Amino acid sequence: MQILYTSQEQVEVYRFNLPVAVLVPLIALFLQAFIPSRFPFFAMFDLPLLVVIFFAVARRSQIAGLITGALIGLLQDSLTHRPIGIYGIAKTVVGYGASSLGVRIDVENVGARFLGTVFFYLFHEVIYFVVAHGMVSLSVQWSWSHELLAAIANAGVAVVLFAVLDRLKQRA
Amino acid sequence: MENLITRHRNVSILVAVLFAQVLGLAVQVKRAANAEDTRLIRIWTISAVTPLEKALIWMQQGTGGIWHNYIYLRGVRAENRDLKQEIERMRLEQVRLSEDAEQARRLQLLLGFKQKFISKTTPAQVIGSSGSEQSRSVYIDKGSKDGIEPDHAVLTADGVIGKVLHVYGSTSLVLLINDQSSGVGVILEKSRLQGVLRGTPLGGVAVERVMNDESVQPGERVITSGGDQIFPKGLTIGTVSQVNAGADSFLNIVVKPSANLSKLEEVLVVTGVETRLPAAGEMAGRVRAVDVLTQRLPFVPDKPAVDPKKTVATPGAPAQTPIVGPQGNVLRGATPGTVGTPNAAAKPVPTNPLTGSRPASPSVTVSGRPLVAEPQTVVPRTRQPNLGADLTKPASGPGTTPASKVAEGGAEANKPATETEAPKPTVVAPNGLKPTPAAASATSPGSVKPALVQKPAVVPKAAPPAAKPEDKSAKPEPAPVQDKPQ
Repeated sequence: MQILYTSQEQVEVYRFNLPVAVLVPLIALFLQAFIPSRFPFFAMFDLPLLVVIFFAVARRSQIAGLITGALIGLLQDSLTHRPIGIYGIAKTVVGYGASSLGVRIDVENVGARFLGTVFFYLFHEVIYFVVAHGMVSLSVQWSWSHELLAAIANAGVAVVLFAVLDRLKQRA
Repeated sequence: MENLITRHRNVSILVAVLFAQVLGLAVQVKRAANAEDTRLIRIWTISAVTPLEKALIWMQQGTGGIWHNYIYLRGVRAENRDLKQEIERMRLEQVRLSEDAEQARRLQLLLGFKQKFISKTTPAQVIGSSGSEQSRSVYIDKGSKDGIEPDHAVLTADGVIGKVLHVYGSTSLVLLINDQSSGVGVILEKSRLQGVLRGTPLGGVAVERVMNDESVQPGERVITSGGDQIFPKGLTIGTVSQVNAGADSFLNIVVKPSANLSKLEEVLVVTGVETRLPAAGEMAGRVRAVDVLTQRLPFVPDKPAVDPKKTVATPGAPAQTPIVGPQGNVLRGATPGTVGTPNAAAKPVPTNPLTGSRPASPSVTVSGRPLVAEPQTVVPRTRQPNLGADLTKPASGPGTTPASKVAEGGAEANKPATETEAPKPTVVAPNGLKPTPAAASATSPGSVKPALVQKPAVVPKAAPPAAKPEDKSAKPEPAPVQDKPQ
């Protein structure tokens, strides 16, 4: 018997209309590319990752989550001069994991969203480090203090962002 | 198998998507192996196949080794001795060849090195970034349509910021110098130590490849060395902020970039680089070492203009011919049978007989050859009958001193050599031979400063103003007396 950490009525599957599903990731990518050129500290945030987590948790579909993560990750790779696929692999795994977690855990409350984002951000960074350093042999340095601080910062932004994006959800 | 995939459909799709992305990475990424970039997928395939091949070869060699090492040992000792001798001979040959190769490499570098100068720049606006801390790059609003090409240097008024990495139609990606994959050839301004500037994971820049035993002080300016053939030499990078002992016997020199890499708005892209020497106009105002040396030599006052009415030949009377030695000092002025000598202090301004022009700046000669090759405009000769003909012979003809005529130059170069002409300074080389016209002109009286005092000039008799042909009936004149060169 499958153990769920939430009541059955609260497990809802949401969907998004096509313009929202296309424009929100694109806007997130654009802001991620534009804002750091004016505010360098913004580079520690990862808006595309937050969007992947949100869509994966909302849809609660592993296939949809991994495909969303893959597409957004590949687009984010295209903006850098690094090989295309590093962010793609990392966000594919995060999308799959977030959708899997969304089926079992109620992620509608603020606390769950905050902790979930912290976990998935660190998970995403670990995958990125492994792929970049182990597979592609890029010189990537890991700093626990920096990563933890960035994870908390991203979680704080996620709470606000998810509250805004909740208005775009449609019940399936 | 089909049931397995069906039962774990989601995981199967995840694995398939990840595998596709890994395959994409493997096709993109190249690793440098033996000075050649090889795709990752090729490396993986070869890494999977070659161990099996190595195992087979090992088994084959093992079997063969047993036969050769333990069974077939005839002649091994003699062969070993011969091989050792061969090795010694080849080691000596290798040393010789390596020295030749090193010399050839140095010469090749000397021949190939050309200093580059920025000739054209294109302004651009920073419109975005890569959005990642792992990729420190920015996008600018100029692309291939504006003449931008990969590996163009990008800088601001404060200093270098990076280079163009990718070029698209109307935009380009600029890799900043604080990216970990960036590398700039730099040199420290005071200590002249060369190194490579690389980005650090935290977004800073540091100079690598400087040995631990070198002395580097904080505050020293870091500029481009030009060795990477991307950034012209002499551009500002930043200043040394911290010097620490790094790994592998190298220093870790932290540099504070002069340009603010986190707040870039307008940049300049170097779209034109010239390989040239500074133009002649750029030398104006600069003091050359040869000029400083020339000013320290003894001075010979300029010869005043000679009045043809007053210049009369005095047969038998020794005329004043200042002879300039190899060190630039005048030995003695004496020319037999030449035109009456004017006052030694009154000498015409020397001109170059080849060009008809006065030398732009004095030059120093050693052994009759000029030290500095000055640019001279070549003007066709008009009428210089004895010019250069008898320069190597001492003046022994009737009243002719070709070398002195060479040194005189100017209007007198157009006159035929006559015994009625004024004495000219004669340049004598240490070997007794007269130098070439160019050298003689370089040591004209106006440019050298003799140490000896000349003899008083002999007042010449009146001579006809027009140029006269050489008078063959004139008495032969004694050869000029020359002092020993100092």
